Amino acid sequence: MLELRDIHFYYGHIHALQGVSMEVRPGQVVCLIGSNGAGKSSTLMAICGVNAVARGEILLEGEAIHAREPDEIVKRGICQVPEGRRIFPHLTVLENLEMGAFLRNDASGVKEDLDYVCSLFPVLHERRAQRGGTLSGGEQQMLAIARALMSRPRLLLLDEPSLGLAPRIIETIFEVLARIRDEGTGIFLVEQNAHLALNFSDWAYVMETGRIIMGDEPGVLRDSPAVREAYLGE
Amino acid sequence: MSAYARVPLIGLWFAFLALPLAGWRNSLWIGLGCALVVLIVSVARASVQSGYLAWPAGRVKAGFTTAWSFIEEKSYDKRYWSLFLLLVIALPWTLDRYSTDVLVITGIYIMLALGLNVVVGFAGLLDLGYVAFYAVGAYSYALLNSWYGLSFWPALGVGVACSALFGVILGIPVLRLRGDYLAIVTLGFGEIIRLVLNNWDNVTQGPNGILGIGRPYLGDMRLYKPMHFYYLVLALCVITIFIVNRLDKSRLGRAWAAMREDETVAECVGVNIVYTKLSAFAFGAAWAGFGGVVFSAKQTFISPESFTFFESVIILCMVVLGGMASIPGVMLGAFILTVLPEALRELTLFRPMLLGGAMVLMMVLRPQGLLQAKGGRHHLERDEPQGEAGAGR
Repeated sequence: MLELRDIHFYYGHIHALQGVSMEVRPGQVVCLIGSNGAGKSSTLMAICGVNAVARGEILLEGEAIHAREPDEIVKRGICQVPEGRRIFPHLTVLENLEMGAFLRNDASGVKEDLDYVCSLFPVLHERRAQRGGTLSGGEQQMLAIARALMSRPRLLLLDEPSLGLAPRIIETIFEVLARIRDEGTGIFLVEQNAHLALNFSDWAYVMETGRIIMGDEPGVLRDSPAVREAYLGE
Repeated sequence: MSAYARVPLIGLWFAFLALPLAGWRNSLWIGLGCALVVLIVSVARASVQSGYLAWPAGRVKAGFTTAWSFIEEKSYDKRYWSLFLLLVIALPWTLDRYSTDVLVITGIYIMLALGLNVVVGFAGLLDLGYVAFYAVGAYSYALLNSWYGLSFWPALGVGVACSALFGVILGIPVLRLRGDYLAIVTLGFGEIIRLVLNNWDNVTQGPNGILGIGRPYLGDMRLYKPMHFYYLVLALCVITIFIVNRLDKSRLGRAWAAMREDETVAECVGVNIVYTKLSAFAFGAAWAGFGGVVFSAKQTFISPESFTFFESVIILCMVVLGGMASIPGVMLGAFILTVLPEALRELTLFRPMLLGGAMVLMMVLRPQGLLQAKGGRHHLERDEPQGEAGAGR
């Protein structure tokens, strides 16, 4: 479905991504784990076109998308939930959700999806008239995910959805993500919480200083001594 | 420090501030005066806190809040708008020439402030060189009229187009800039335009300005009285308000709001930042061009002196004072900041000081502006129930 081939990206002089190659197959949940500053978020931003890659190719079902503008990439079915619950704080919950469907012209479909995401996260329906910034942290994360779903993505990119949330909320969010996955949306998950990520995904990559150092099934990674020591804290 | 111990200190501080300006004798009086004011405020405050006066103070405050929220509510009501329009149409018949002239200037500033509001309020791009576009509009009519005899109405279109073009020209290099950096670049842009106008003698006649700019005609009628310009400006203001209001509610308006809130996230949901930003600059500039052409035609004389940095600051103050992104608010801001200085003509010297003081007070007491933009963008509910703070963290 999505393939990255030897992606290089620079922040000024810093070589942030040094030849990243990976693949997301259809129907799979793929996760990317790694420590702070390894380049996980840069990878996501490169996929959705915000970071312009210096070298390499990103293919979405065979079509090169790395030279496209972010809005064209969203139109092709990739949507990112950025790190840190970034919602539009002064817009209401409903307006936030409508912004997610910004590129769509099918009013009835948008209405349907609005009902759909409200059924996934009933709390958003209750708070629909409230400004986004007045929601609690967990609700903001739910809103960010729901907003991304409003673009009806084929592949959802999630950047640290568990960051700074209570275990109970994380559980709720991952239950919903499982439902989204079962309904056929691809998920590419970036996480620091390696336990959580490995349990949830079908394939996992490990990133260190801008490079992919391992890519395998979660079970294999969980047994690898290097991963256990560095990321699972054992 | 106790409230009363502060009193002499504050007096001393103001005396010190005034020293280089007012000489030591006057400074002493200023210091004493300030100390007295602070003393009275402190006493009043203490008596409210200790229960004395709490009831009348509470009543006054509550009355004030109710009255103001009533005005705020009604300022978004269409019916009151048409009533207001009738009033405005009748107004010049009750006023002398001078007052009408002040209102014409107010109208031009309303157009400018609404235009800047598109850039600053809707799209969240801090523009400190906005007056440059006003100058472009004004000079495009002045030059085209004095060189080629172009008349007012076509020049209105040309002026708007020129200003919008300059908006895009400014927009392209600042696409990747945010916040402070953007403000600095726009400030520089404003100064560049003014300096070019000031020094390009062959074309603009430099600081001497351009004289004898043609008056507009409506059919066979030559528009020259304040009253004529009043209705011209009123019509253009109504057009401006109508279009700006529609823009706010349009798809582009939503893109602007999203960009203002968080540029990266807006990109992630599919807002094309390049197009959105350039269109904000172009639309904002277009209104300045509109205002500029009218200004030229009204004054029949323009010079670079009318387009200084201070002018940009005043227009920005109108937007901030009135209430960013709120159309009635911005209009109120423009009205107050044009009419009040005229009313305070005798205090000319103190005007910048009063303006500065008023802005400081506003930012402390009511940072959202006089008439704030309503919650969210489509205004579902007025109150904002607080989410359980910290729940789920």
